[in-house]
Amino acid sequence: MGVGIEVTTLNAWYGTNHTLQDINLHIPANHATALIGPSGCGKSTFVRCINRMHETNPIARVTGSVRIGDLDIYADANPVEIRRRVGMVFQRPNPFPTMSIYDNVAAGLKLNGYSNRHVLDEIVEKSLKNSALWDEVKDDLKKKSGASLSGGQQQRLCIARALAVDPEVLLMDEPASALDPVSTSKIEDLIFQLKSQYTIVIVTHNMQQAARVAEKTGFFLNGRMVEFDSTHKIFTNPSDKRTEDYITGRFG
Amino acid sequence: MQLKDEHKLQTRIRALTDGAATGLAVLSTVLVVAPLVAIFVYLVYRGASSLNLDFFTQIPKPVGESGGGMANAIVGSGVLLGLASLIGVPLGIGGGIYLAEFGRGTKLANAVRFTADVLNGVPSIVMGMAILAMVVHPEGHFSALSGGVALGIMMIPTVCRTSEEMLLMVPNAVREAALALGVPNWRSVLSITVKTASPGIITGCMLAFARVAGETAPLIFTAFGNSNWSTSLNEPIAALPLQIYVYAISPYDDWHRLAWAGALVLIVLIVLAVSLVRYVTSRGVLKGAS
Repeated sequence: MGVGIEVTTLNAWYGTNHTLQDINLHIPANHATALIGPSGCGKSTFVRCINRMHETNPIARVTGSVRIGDLDIYADANPVEIRRRVGMVFQRPNPFPTMSIYDNVAAGLKLNGYSNRHVLDEIVEKSLKNSALWDEVKDDLKKKSGASLSGGQQQRLCIARALAVDPEVLLMDEPASALDPVSTSKIEDLIFQLKSQYTIVIVTHNMQQAARVAEKTGFFLNGRMVEFDSTHKIFTNPSDKRTEDYITGRFG
Repeated sequence: MQLKDEHKLQTRIRALTDGAATGLAVLSTVLVVAPLVAIFVYLVYRGASSLNLDFFTQIPKPVGESGGGMANAIVGSGVLLGLASLIGVPLGIGGGIYLAEFGRGTKLANAVRFTADVLNGVPSIVMGMAILAMVVHPEGHFSALSGGVALGIMMIPTVCRTSEEMLLMVPNAVREAALALGVPNWRSVLSITVKTASPGIITGCMLAFARVAGETAPLIFTAFGNSNWSTSLNEPIAALPLQIYVYAISPYDDWHRLAWAGALVLIVLIVLAVSLVRYVTSRGVLKGAS
């Protein structure tokens, strides 16, 4: 089951560049929340702060608090533990190129020492079914490399890989921006199904996509969150002039 | 009309430039491959006639007796190279992993990288003398062990720097994918990054192996050579390059022929070893893996 995320006065820097400024936000459990805004506005940095991937860059710094369920991730836990509970899907599909499809999905469990074959088989099948890839790959699970799949299939493989470790939150950083329209619509259908089990945060440049998949939408601009509301409200009657300018295409 | 002529002329110039560039590239390729082919053909021409079963099964005959072979030198080279690889490959790969994954940007890493580059430039005879002073003198005698150490140390910089380069070529997205799954960094490095870079790392090891396989100078003061059978690490041991050297500078025609045969066998064995490793490591690579 998904859990809610409570973000309080979150600030983040890359070197001297203050990329996120005083973000306060409540992301509801078991819903899809979209983050929109022009390039460089801090959306990606924001999601990378939720699974502590931000700090893997040596010049990055972060202050403030993020609570996932009852866990204060910057106070109570180590990053490795948190990343097991918060899955992430990146902009470009990044399967492990030397691994089979099966091993890609099982990687998170195997690399953490999990080796029960029966259970692994079950989890791999379930994850691939959840990511709507099972029927396309079930005959080549151990024969083909993850890198041999098409771009859209690779991205669904990456989603299956993230789901296999059974996270509570799924972060998606522009998951469809490198994909063709057919693959994009498959990913969107998937998000629709997955949000009953996971809390989903999706960064997107595509406003129709935000409108299609998300109940809540946040608009970021220059490192600040300008507006956060129900997706319907943001796209039909935004309260901030800058949000309105952005969604009507006047800048960005 | 004039415009059309000008267009024609330009097209011709482009076609000529294209032809010239292609021609130069082909010529360079031929010039690169030619020496290798020439050496190999000449070795076959001079050495193949002296190859027979005795060459691979007998040890050298004393001066004056004809026949004999290099069996002990072939086995000796195998022992020395095995020993060298045991030292050079793990240390080199370990160093490369440190440089690319853990020490990036640190002072220690820069120092290690610089040292490796200098070590790479140390003349092999100097390496032999250093091992003479550091291993042979304390032990009191020449030995296979000291020869293996000398060759092993010579392998380290090549293995280390190619491993580093190959690891740096692994896209950051792959590292991030592993970290985002909640895999600890050390585990991600060993099981994901190194595995992804392994074809290139293996190539680096093979380069280093092929290079030291033909080294003579570092063995003169260390492995020393041996005209009898020995596989003991504590005794002087024969090696193909040493044997070729001794035979080539001898005044006997018979030995000269054996030296040519030895050189041919050395090259063929290096090619076989490299191909074997490539074959073995390429099995199990999945369809579509890059």
